[in-house]
Amino acid sequence: MRDHATEFPTRTQDETHTVGCTVNGREYEAVVDPRMTLADFLREKLRLTGTHLGCEHGVCGACTVIVDGAATRSCLMLAVQADGAQLETVEGLAEDGELSPLQCAFKRNHALQCGFCTPGFLMSVTAALREESVTTEEQAREVLSGNICRCTGYTGLVKSVLEASAGKDAQA
Amino acid sequence: MKPGRFTYHSPRSLDEALATLQVYGDDAKVLAGGQSLMPMLNFRLARFEHLVDVNRVGAEYAEPTFGDTRITIPLLVRQRRVERSAEAAAVLPVLTEALQQVAHPQIRNRGTICGSLAHADPAAELPSVLSVLDATFTIASSRGVREVPAEEFFLFHLTTSLEPDELLLQVSVPRPPANQFSAFSEFATRRGDFALAGVAAVCEVDAAGVVTACRIAAAGVAPTPHRLTDVEALVTGASLGDDLLPEAEAAARAQVDPTGDIHASAEYRSRLTGVLVKRALADIRGKLEATRA
Repeated sequence: MRDHATEFPTRTQDETHTVGCTVNGREYEAVVDPRMTLADFLREKLRLTGTHLGCEHGVCGACTVIVDGAATRSCLMLAVQADGAQLETVEGLAEDGELSPLQCAFKRNHALQCGFCTPGFLMSVTAALREESVTTEEQAREVLSGNICRCTGYTGLVKSVLEASAGKDAQA
Repeated sequence: MKPGRFTYHSPRSLDEALATLQVYGDDAKVLAGGQSLMPMLNFRLARFEHLVDVNRVGAEYAEPTFGDTRITIPLLVRQRRVERSAEAAAVLPVLTEALQQVAHPQIRNRGTICGSLAHADPAAELPSVLSVLDATFTIASSRGVREVPAEEFFLFHLTTSLEPDELLLQVSVPRPPANQFSAFSEFATRRGDFALAGVAAVCEVDAAGVVTACRIAAAGVAPTPHRLTDVEALVTGASLGDDLLPEAEAAARAQVDPTGDIHASAEYRSRLTGVLVKRALADIRGKLEATRA
């Protein structure tokens, strides 16, 4: 037995939702199905295809973006949940055509590898370096541990994190 | 799109959330951090007609409170919020230690403490930690509010005493006494994965170094957090000496009856539980000695 005497509007599965959010400083609005993930929303609705999708269950980290300042798996969040949020994706890292210090470090150290996992690594590390500097290889490996690379080449990634962190400190 | 179809509800207050659950509870699932739920939906291992997203019920539910007698963690407190809290590290170090082992920062940024508890994965860290911290689970529905202790909250794999129309409103623990020492120890094949087994332990120790109270729970070896009562009895009234630790290890091994799977056999998990108990107690002993040095 169901009691439908609720005072608030109820929804149906066919109902769509309007999502308004800011991505890399630019405002977007789109109509979505409630089951659309944030990752699909970025790629398919906003055509921001820099964010990549690997496993789609939160293990590989390829889809990592920054939501309201926190690194987040965009495959584990619904687009409707991002309504009103401030998002940062890999497209927003370079400023005026200049790569960020982290992107430069990736390029220098061959950490780009095949490139598929790269956006996720860049966003995870960007968020981590904002929280604290990384001075040891062990810390770097821990920062990288939430993202999986199938090319096996973590050495360049570790060097990049350490370099970018040291550069950040030098600038501070 | 990966998940099956559902109706999405985004209640704007606790009352509205509870009213929504009252209407749709039988066919609904609560979405908080979603870090366990979304993978299940993406894989279509789970399908619900209604998803009740509680993320917008109020910012007041997103902050822990450190009271004189109790520490309270409401439903929207993210795991990372507590992990990075200096106050939590000072008052509930075992929670901080365990949180650092929960997946990765990207998951903890979004995952909630109450969500992990309500999900009740027996391999997860937080259910065993809250069990040894003597937690009280506050459960709300439009019928009212009730409180249950940890041992009545966790019933089976992914099963709690929450009724379909109920929401885990908060979890609270008594502020530990100054003479309480704790440790969390787990083993996972890769950092951030679910552990093959984990152990949370707290001991209260008197001035003479004798343990006056002890609670130990294992994760990943039973359908719910498994209190190792034989080990607790062995440790209580003793001091954490070299002879006690191997006895505790053996008692722990004897008191678990895990199931084996592709990751580890039952025998391996039993042995591991003993090793982890020994490590946790050695860790507690080290912390105790450090305060007396």
